[in-house]
Amino acid sequence: MYVAVKGGEQAILSSYQLLDQQRRGDPSVPELSIVQIRQQMKLAVDRVMTEGSVFDPELAALAIKQACGDLVEAIFLLRAYRATLPRLGSTQPLDTSKMVLDRRISATFKDLPGGQVLGPTYDYTQRLLDFSLLAISEPVEPAPKTESLGASRTPTQPTTGSISSTAAEALWLAKADSTSDDPNIHAQLEDEHFSPRVIDLLNREGLIETHQATQNDPTPFDLTRQPVRFPADRSTRLQNLARGDEGFLLAMAYSTQRGYANSHPFVGEIRLGSVEIALVPEELGFAISIGDIEITECQMINQFAGSKTEPPQFTRGYGLAFGHSERKAMAMSLVDRALRAAELGELVQSPAQMPEFVLSHSDSLEASGFVQHLKLPHYVDFQSELELVRKMRASPLQMPTLNDESGDEHAE
Amino acid sequence: MLNKNKTSTPPEKIVDSHENQAVDQHFNFAYLDERTKRMIRRAILKAVAIPGYQVPFGSREMPLPYGWGTGGIQVTASVIGPSDVLKVIDQGSDDTVNAVNIRRFFQRTTNVQITTQTQAATLIQTRHRIPEMALTEDQIIIYQVPVPEPMQRLEPRERETRSLHGLAEYGLMHVKLYEDIARYGHIATTYDYPVLVNHRYVMAPSPIPKFDNPKMHMNPALQLFGAGREKRIYAVPPYTAVESLGFEDYPFEVQRWDAPCELCGSRDSFLDEVITDDQGGRIFVCSDSDYCESQQNSAESSSAPTAQSGLKHD
Amino acid sequence: MTNAMPLDTQSPILRATGLNKRYGDRAALIDASFELWPGEVLAIVGESGSGKTTLLNALAARDQPDSGSVEFQLKGGALTDIFTMTEAQRRLLARTDWGFVHQNSADGLRMEVSAGANVGERLMALGQRHYGKLRATACDWLARVEIDPARIDDLPRHFSGGMRQRLQIARNLVTQPRLVFMDEPTSGLDVSVQAKLLDLLRQLTQQLGLASVIVTHDLAVARLLAHRMIVMRRGRIVETGLTDQVLDDPQHPYTQLLVSSVLQP
Repeated sequence: MYVAVKGGEQAILSSYQLLDQQRRGDPSVPELSIVQIRQQMKLAVDRVMTEGSVFDPELAALAIKQACGDLVEAIFLLRAYRATLPRLGSTQPLDTSKMVLDRRISATFKDLPGGQVLGPTYDYTQRLLDFSLLAISEPVEPAPKTESLGASRTPTQPTTGSISSTAAEALWLAKADSTSDDPNIHAQLEDEHFSPRVIDLLNREGLIETHQATQNDPTPFDLTRQPVRFPADRSTRLQNLARGDEGFLLAMAYSTQRGYANSHPFVGEIRLGSVEIALVPEELGFAISIGDIEITECQMINQFAGSKTEPPQFTRGYGLAFGHSERKAMAMSLVDRALRAAELGELVQSPAQMPEFVLSHSDSLEASGFVQHLKLPHYVDFQSELELVRKMRASPLQMPTLNDESGDEHAE
Repeated sequence: MLNKNKTSTPPEKIVDSHENQAVDQHFNFAYLDERTKRMIRRAILKAVAIPGYQVPFGSREMPLPYGWGTGGIQVTASVIGPSDVLKVIDQGSDDTVNAVNIRRFFQRTTNVQITTQTQAATLIQTRHRIPEMALTEDQIIIYQVPVPEPMQRLEPRERETRSLHGLAEYGLMHVKLYEDIARYGHIATTYDYPVLVNHRYVMAPSPIPKFDNPKMHMNPALQLFGAGREKRIYAVPPYTAVESLGFEDYPFEVQRWDAPCELCGSRDSFLDEVITDDQGGRIFVCSDSDYCESQQNSAESSSAPTAQSGLKHD
Repeated sequence: MTNAMPLDTQSPILRATGLNKRYGDRAALIDASFELWPGEVLAIVGESGSGKTTLLNALAARDQPDSGSVEFQLKGGALTDIFTMTEAQRRLLARTDWGFVHQNSADGLRMEVSAGANVGERLMALGQRHYGKLRATACDWLARVEIDPARIDDLPRHFSGGMRQRLQIARNLVTQPRLVFMDEPTSGLDVSVQAKLLDLLRQLTQQLGLASVIVTHDLAVARLLAHRMIVMRRGRIVETGLTDQVLDDPQHPYTQLLVSSVLQP
């Protein structure tokens, strides 16, 4: 005899216990610590912070632990937590030209002021599994801290932090002299950490498009507080992309390189390092530093545009991520440029150029949630469909003929 | 043997014997901070002022995933108060895992009284069904909506559908219905059947079976709709005209079953099909678990509330 | 060969005055003006880049000109500047009193719904709610554009190029517009198919008393369909007049060049 299904509550509680066991794994194996995840799974932590929109490595590591390493789930945890946090204020814009560099490369120039700094990267490794990592090495005394800038500089650069004298740099210095009314230039020349951005170098010749801040410099749209509406301005789009799923953006970016909207991209510069965060508290009225964060910035240089009256200039794409996230920053910069197609007078043909398509599908929480919601009971709607299909199969369709003015009897 | 789980008339509280009843102190009442609730309420007010119109709102990331009811939860969280009595259902049942999960969320964050009885509830959050028993002016029903835009499958661009709604250009919707009749001989939409609200906006009623559409028309209760992932809220105020789209010669019609409910004998309610053995034996059972129970109980007492008429709308 | 049409109304149905449009630093349209009378067919002729499509788009409110005005005579009303109307009013006009036949039929049809739905859509948008009547009207129009009504449930995808164009015409004419814009309606079609389509257009415009603006680079189309024609070159109107007169006795050197370069049989 049929008894109505009950016990949903019990099922849920049991599933919590099973989940707990799955997360812990074999209890005889030492438990993973947050510190270990932070230290030894840094890149996972960086991704979770970027897409979770919170710079807090410890929380990100916690989320990864709780999510058993499922990064999309961890990002969800972090975002949900973020939604409960009160907002204390807004920082000043970050000045990436003042970044303390761990890595800095450019594909557009062989050499440049500040030098090419390889830094920590998989780029030139060979992807061979390193079986020595199977063994756990004993903790050792940390090595004496080396100057991060000098550790992997290209051979032509001296190992001090001072600015070297290369041809490109001489050129830059010469130009600097001609604009010596700029007080910043001399200050920058003396600043050991100053490595001018490639963008700024090209800008001196007027070769690259610039964006002046508008007169009243309005507050940027906040995607975490309001829903995106179309058409979306560039600042909103960049926000969306910064939080967007890396896999999706990577695929979209890749498509632009394979003919689905080509912008002839060159990596102008990728910077990895720490920048200072400054805040102007109301009570003080001046900026104070509240700490620094590690970020990755990518400036992509793209197809030049111009017209009979406007001389040609390179156009730009921009990518930014927390921590060390080059793939994300690069993909973001390619998609940013593609989405500017309409603004730059290019024909919009490919999905990567369509803001509504890209921005509506970039969020992993939305995508994962909706795809997986199909697991929820849908039997009431399915019942309706079943009934319809059975009915259609039972009575062969009488197609209305030309003479049929009104509808014939329709089974219902 | 029949499940004779007698329910008493006063609202009951489900006591969770496995967990502490106390409200989780880490969060505000109903989880959302007051500013967020205010933002959502403003959206709700706007929605009520323009029946059937989709109001964009700053949907928050919730502890449940997008697509699993975050819109309904945010609406409920914004209107719920300590004296409310909450009922949560999914597919018409209080006991499906999703309904249980959402109910537990509210128990944890509000500690309001919980009920399975439609008549005892002041707030009903539902996924994909309207309760069989008629609602009253003292009640609010909150629908979980996956896709708020009725034309999305025909025109995915929100920029375009926004214009169509603004200009009341609904030719596209009727084209779809026309195509169904041309292809199948009748309209092939069986759930999330589009409706015209207050003679102005075409609205997606959420994936309720079309059987439930007539219940929306001139309903005394306030009907609120929350789509968290798509970030839209809309509403049907009490006593508002809600008409299902159709043609004069192919009017809207509801589903019917040949058999009554196996457990309570009802012929007026939406029935779920249950497969009982591997020979393909099947029975039909009320989808609305509370309604079914009360019908079974009323088989002993003489008076019982009957289901709302599921017949053609006026 | 033009058709003698009784033109018995007092004001033009469409009037363009001093239209200008630039794209960047390129002047696409310079000081274009003309009048169109009810029931009159006007051809806009020119080579690529002449500005004829820009002019058409300005007239049909698809693209706002930089300066100048486009006035349309509303039903029972006076000449009204279309760009002072609201977007809602213009869109309503586009669905009822105007038609627009695109060069590429895929731009003017819903390719994924049946022929019947394509023809019936405007009526449904206007509130027609009887399926049987919609279908009967659709059948009627399919027959009028010489498409077998038995194909009413077929998708345009399965139609030939010529059939799609005829379907597009039916879709536009079902609300009995008084003004129809056409953008190279026959280009891309086989010559024999073109001839059939032109014949149909001639019949329909005559029967229904349609005013029409047809953009074409093909002088033969102008000859066959239009009472009057305009010749454009580099954004300007260089010659205008009765079709036969312009083609048989062109005054402007450019028109002479155009006419003389048409291959004679």
